[in-house]
Amino acid sequence: MNDQPRDADDPIEPAAPQHASGPPDSGQAPTIVHAPEVTEVQVAAPAAPTDDRQVEVEDPWGSAFRRIMGGNLVMAVLAIITSLIVGGILIAATDERVQETSGYFFARPGDMLAAVWDAVGGAYWALFQGSVLNVSRADAGFAQLIKPLTDTLNFATPLIAAGLGVAIAFRVGLFNIGGRGQMLWAAAAAGWVGFSFTLPPVLHVLVAIAVGIVAGAIWGGIAGAFKAYTGAHEVIVTIMLNFVALWFITWMLRTPGLLQNPGSNNPISPAMPPSAVLPSIFGPPFILHWGFVLSVLAVVFCSWLINRSNLGFQFRAVGYNANAALNAGMDVKRITVLAMVFAGGFMGLAGAQQVTGAVTTGFTSGIDAGIGFDAITVALLGGSTPWGTFFAGLLFGAFKAGGFRMQAAEGVPIDIILVVQSMIVLFIAAPPLVRAMFGLPQPGRKSRRQVRDEAKIAAAAQQKGAQS
Amino acid sequence: MTLEHPTLALRGITKRFGALTANDHIDLEVRAGEIHCLLGENGAGKSTLMNVLYGLYQADEGEIVLDGEVQRFAGPGDAMRAGIGMVHQHFMLIPVFTVAENVLLGHERALGGLGGAREKVREISQRFGFHIDPDARIEDLPVGVQQRVEIIKALSQDAKVLVFDEPTAVLTPQETDELMAIMQQLRDEGTAIVFITHKLREVRAIADRITVIRLGKVVGEASPDSSSTELASMMVGRPVELTVQKQPPVLTDNRLQVSNLTVLDAIGQKVVNDVSFTVQGGEVLCIAGVQGNGQTELTEAILGLQHRATGSIDLNGNELLGDSVREVLDAGVGFVPEDRKVDGLVGEYSIAENLMLDRYRGEPFVRGGTIDRAARDDFAREKLSAFDIRAQSIETPVGTLSGGNQQKVVLARELGRPLALFVASQPTRGLDVGSIEFVHSQIIATRDAGIPVIVVSTELDEVVGLADRIAVMYRGGIVGIVPADTSRDTLGLMMAGERPAGLRTADPVKGAAA
Repeated sequence: MNDQPRDADDPIEPAAPQHASGPPDSGQAPTIVHAPEVTEVQVAAPAAPTDDRQVEVEDPWGSAFRRIMGGNLVMAVLAIITSLIVGGILIAATDERVQETSGYFFARPGDMLAAVWDAVGGAYWALFQGSVLNVSRADAGFAQLIKPLTDTLNFATPLIAAGLGVAIAFRVGLFNIGGRGQMLWAAAAAGWVGFSFTLPPVLHVLVAIAVGIVAGAIWGGIAGAFKAYTGAHEVIVTIMLNFVALWFITWMLRTPGLLQNPGSNNPISPAMPPSAVLPSIFGPPFILHWGFVLSVLAVVFCSWLINRSNLGFQFRAVGYNANAALNAGMDVKRITVLAMVFAGGFMGLAGAQQVTGAVTTGFTSGIDAGIGFDAITVALLGGSTPWGTFFAGLLFGAFKAGGFRMQAAEGVPIDIILVVQSMIVLFIAAPPLVRAMFGLPQPGRKSRRQVRDEAKIAAAAQQKGAQS
Repeated sequence: MTLEHPTLALRGITKRFGALTANDHIDLEVRAGEIHCLLGENGAGKSTLMNVLYGLYQADEGEIVLDGEVQRFAGPGDAMRAGIGMVHQHFMLIPVFTVAENVLLGHERALGGLGGAREKVREISQRFGFHIDPDARIEDLPVGVQQRVEIIKALSQDAKVLVFDEPTAVLTPQETDELMAIMQQLRDEGTAIVFITHKLREVRAIADRITVIRLGKVVGEASPDSSSTELASMMVGRPVELTVQKQPPVLTDNRLQVSNLTVLDAIGQKVVNDVSFTVQGGEVLCIAGVQGNGQTELTEAILGLQHRATGSIDLNGNELLGDSVREVLDAGVGFVPEDRKVDGLVGEYSIAENLMLDRYRGEPFVRGGTIDRAARDDFAREKLSAFDIRAQSIETPVGTLSGGNQQKVVLARELGRPLALFVASQPTRGLDVGSIEFVHSQIIATRDAGIPVIVVSTELDEVVGLADRIAVMYRGGIVGIVPADTSRDTLGLMMAGERPAGLRTADPVKGAAA
């Protein structure tokens, strides 16, 4: 009986991971399936400990758990929780009641603890009410109850689109910091189409958005071309192109006959006509507009593009290993440009949404509202996957929507929310830190407990094998 | 043999990485004045063991005993102070520093400044007849001499035990012979030497004792008189066929003709210099030579990766020079790059994805811009069994496979489409004996299918075993194209750029048919 589970070809290199824990964002389950002959060996000889470890893996829940544990989801959730805890500490520390009661903490600790609970609980409860369900106004009807949720979606709309613009560039190994410039050009182009032309209602807004996407794509493509054909670093190029776009558009907004609103002295464009405005999905009082649907469609498209299309196959290959891509006949330069074109296109969608959905009364050079930079955070939290970006966008949308209420209702400065957001990214960027804080195993290294458990399982299996 | 303690004794060294036991209770003794060969396949645990010895890893169990004293190394510094020196496969030298500066590095106080280091270099090189100028810059020295600097570095720390980790990988046959002479001299002066290798010829030439390890365990000691086949069988754990089985070539009309090919590097130097040769379908042309003599650039020029190339690369009347890589691949060129991890595979991609890496357009894997996963997976499953790729599934990321299995994935991909030419660069580098057998048989099968085959290799054994004709490259040029039965001495001389008088050359077609 062949009970030798390992053949001469098995790696004994220290670096070889025990479980096929592939890149968490590859969109594919690194599931562990056995080669047929190995399975047979298992059936015949359950005594072999190595095989048993694999049997354990075959349990679908175990495998799913492992995948989640190894992947970004748990890390993301832990990062969010950690950041909220840190945010809570800050809220408590800055709260006046807490400061007051801390003076006599040892006399009456209950006072301070109650104050902490009030401050932190109140702030986060306000955050929840401002971003998900407004329970305090539940008696005012269903619409008032769920309005915060739609506000969240509304804030999330451009964040998701822009997040995709960062995520897709990440997948090709490019860092797109040019969101601002790409969004500005898109907003300017979409806005110009909006206030300069007269078209039928639905068509007008669609054309405006399409032109915005193209403008963003071109601005992204320019950065990609610089990178591909001159070797200039895309971080430098995109940052500098942000300034070029900013000041160029500022100039256009100041120049009568270009983008400036006729009769105005301020650098602001004319308002969008109703035909070029994205309508509200549910009507008043909801402000959530159809741009959200466009963002969802963009996520679906991006998901197909990255995971299923042959272009995405090339994107990821270039991102992981440009040398191998080159050897496989891929045109790495063309792929670099195309990736930035798509990245700019998604940013363009966000810019166009801003001008046709969020600020329709005429835009300024601040129309991007920092979304191009928030998008980096969103994409990082989303693990650079399309749906991850979607949910990260929702979370940040919720922070934006709820942050205002938190400030208004509880007097907690909105900066705390920015701190929480930044902490999330900090923790996302430092997985070993979070793993260490929560005592999770570091990848490629097993905890003592795991090893012990495995030994136990193996021993039990051996006993079982001996009995049968 | 004296009854003293052995200079170095490893007792029951065990090193685990998770559930994987890289070293399982390994015992090893090295005495002063002996060369102890550590023989094993890649991944057998040799490097892990030496990293434990050198303080880079801490053993989970077992002890290191040096001159009867149990040692505890927290890092390489401790190991060096205890008298253990290591000559790494990849030199740990700073190219822009001089010899003396490199020797001084990290031991500034002990050697008493640059003057002391110079003196030390002179003294050691005089003792061993190295002829090394302490003020020569490393980057100006040939590889063999750089290695001697590594040896001097170790000796300057009064190393009692010297570990040579695969030292001959980068050397010409002549340099290898010189290194062996140095090792013998060191041994005679009383140094204990651990020599790690998987090259059987060298082991048999120089070893006083041989320890074979396989899968992290000591399989046993072998006598230096053992035959190569016996040693290989011990290494692999089963009988091994070391010679490549092949019939005389049957030539076909397929033909690659390279004429006056010159390739310039980034600073305008000729890295391939006016190279001309022909490969006929049904024969293997091996390109021999020491690493870095233009072989890499030559194969890259064929694939379309070198943009500063002139001359002609004609495949069945189709000019390939100036074509993009895509066009070259579409013309039916199969290419196994010399560094499979860097150029051949996307480590994060699954086996299935890597098997379609260069067929990302059109049939059979792409329909309407979307990847046909069913077609891709069917192809992958078929190749997985046909090429005996040992992996848990086609979804396994290629980066987690062993070198042999990775190379099988590359071969399965490149041989999986209709070919007009097959170019394999260092096809067995870093592979275990079992995988080498397989790769060689695939190369010969490709040749027997009537496809012209070019194999670039720095391993003379491989060249001699596979070739129908051998082209030897030196400094970008071809020294000569000779029959496969040319003696190793002659090939060695040619690899150093000499063209022995009365050299038999292999005329393209007739020579191959002979």
